[in-house]
Amino acid sequence: MALTNSAFLSVRDLVVEYTAEDQVIHAVNGVSFDLERGKTLGLVGETGAGKTSIAKAIMRILPDPPARIRSGEIYLDGEDLLKLSEKEMRKIRGRKVSMIFQDPMTALNPIMKVGAQISEVIRLHNKVTGREARERTVLMLERVGIPGDRADDYPHQFSGGMKQRVVIAMALACNPELLIADEPTTALDVTIQAQVLEMINKLKSDFNTSMIMISHNLGVVAEVCDDLAVVYAGEIVELGSKEAVFDRPAHPYTRGLFGAVPKLYDDRERLSPILGLPPDPSNLPQGCHFSPRCPYATDPCRNDKIPLREIEPGHFSRCIQVIRPEG
Amino acid sequence: MPTLLEVRNLKKYFETPRGMLHAVDDVSFSIEKGKTLGIVGESGCGKSTLGRVIIHLLDSTGGSIYFEGEDITNPSPRKLRKLREDMQIIFQDPYSSLNPRMTVEQTIMEPLVISGRFSKKERQREAERLMAMVGIDQRLRLSYPHELDGGRRQRVGIARALALNPKFIFCDEPVSALDVSISAQVLNLLQDLQDQFGLTYMFVTHDLSVVRHISDDICVMYLGQIVEKSPTKELFALPLHPYTQALISAVPTIDIHRKKERIILQGEVTSPINPKPGCRFARRCIHECKKCHEPQHLEEVLPNHYVACCRVRELNSL
Repeated sequence: MALTNSAFLSVRDLVVEYTAEDQVIHAVNGVSFDLERGKTLGLVGETGAGKTSIAKAIMRILPDPPARIRSGEIYLDGEDLLKLSEKEMRKIRGRKVSMIFQDPMTALNPIMKVGAQISEVIRLHNKVTGREARERTVLMLERVGIPGDRADDYPHQFSGGMKQRVVIAMALACNPELLIADEPTTALDVTIQAQVLEMINKLKSDFNTSMIMISHNLGVVAEVCDDLAVVYAGEIVELGSKEAVFDRPAHPYTRGLFGAVPKLYDDRERLSPILGLPPDPSNLPQGCHFSPRCPYATDPCRNDKIPLREIEPGHFSRCIQVIRPEG
Repeated sequence: MPTLLEVRNLKKYFETPRGMLHAVDDVSFSIEKGKTLGIVGESGCGKSTLGRVIIHLLDSTGGSIYFEGEDITNPSPRKLRKLREDMQIIFQDPYSSLNPRMTVEQTIMEPLVISGRFSKKERQREAERLMAMVGIDQRLRLSYPHELDGGRRQRVGIARALALNPKFIFCDEPVSALDVSISAQVLNLLQDLQDQFGLTYMFVTHDLSVVRHISDDICVMYLGQIVEKSPTKELFALPLHPYTQALISAVPTIDIHRKKERIILQGEVTSPINPKPGCRFARRCIHECKKCHEPQHLEEVLPNHYVACCRVRELNSL
């Protein structure tokens, strides 16, 4: 995945900051990536790495203040979303781009029937009669595995897994070309998670939807993504195809993540945690943001700005150390 | 190794407006001293309630609990006080389990104050020792929980649990709220402390990779009942109950080249209120038959490997 300008979604040098009291929190620090039509990009990283800020910047739903998109470009189908007026953006949200949030319990209006919540999105973006909207709502519910007659139920009448399906049905109601899923299965049990992931994979291939999947769970990302971006302290530290990143992880942070997760088929006695803590985003270390925790760090790592380097075709790492491949 | 803890036919029911909720229903197992028993299951299966009943944060509805060979099902207030020293808990959420108005040192010293056996000097010395043991820097002695990250808070919770040298610790999803790099640190710490002090753990989690990593034996729970019980390695190599098989197959794995057959369960967990006799998993089970609606019992199908499924032998050609 070379960085070209022909991609369906192109994010370039995105910088997002939050202002809190008199501090500036550097949430996203120059993120660039491309996404082709029909492909899925995984954004992986730990709490506070800036994954959700990237997603909200694309949707343009960052609360301003305190958040601010300082610079960057977000091209969707050749159009820079950051240059659109709020009115123009409203036409894109929910229609061309939609988002699934982490917590299905809070993403739905508790005093509105779920069918009405889905119809609302359909009627907002399409000139259709109430009856047509209703028909499409029932169709969407059935597509995510919920009987259509449950359109007249309220959110509290659904279980967590079913609520997340309703949220997904709503996000897909207008056939968006880009779907952003922010930890869509984190609040769900594993067997329900498997159902939802299978459904997402099926819907993606049926509609050729592009998707950004945000997760801290490497396993979930492995299930649904084509490409992977590892985010640390607001920067992409590694970017490449899923195979490249899983088979030949290059950045010390990515390797650290793999070493820290217990595996389902592995008898290691000890995990290898990453030492230390993620940096304070209002006071990022100079040079490589990971250098204070990195076992390979040298003086240039601590002092210089480290660029994202192509280490093999389509596989990028933000590291100047030559680390021999593992295994 | 001698048995430290044993529970027999333990039950915990809750009264609800819609009927009796069977949170823990006829659960029996034992844990040897120095070992870790993992309890896995999905939300609402009763795993946390089970732990809370064992350490007497909740009263049991029926059955019995034995600790070091002694029946502790209904302890006298005096006995309970002693038991609180021997049996401790590490909570899931390090944000809500620490008093926001107490410093790190006060939190860790509180059990020592309550025990009444330590002078002020001794308490301070103990707090210092405990902080060093769980890897909290002394300079954080006077910090408040909000000044600490999740990993450090969880370490404070662990230090507090260890303050009175317990023999048994109920770990209730202790790493679920932590990021992976931090969770690995805490898991390693728990293992070190176990080796050092011969602690016995009951480790409750919904995360199969974590439970596999830390446990010697595992119980799989479904709607208040144990459906399978086995040494850890065997459970993952040869899961026998249809629910365990589905559960293990549903875990997203980071091994992208391992092609595995995924069993996608239909439907969702049924209600634990007034359950019918018979297998509670039957409604979602692809192997459901008439006999499944009769009561099921844990049976030793292979040495030390117990399964509650009437078709287990037939389905796994045993």
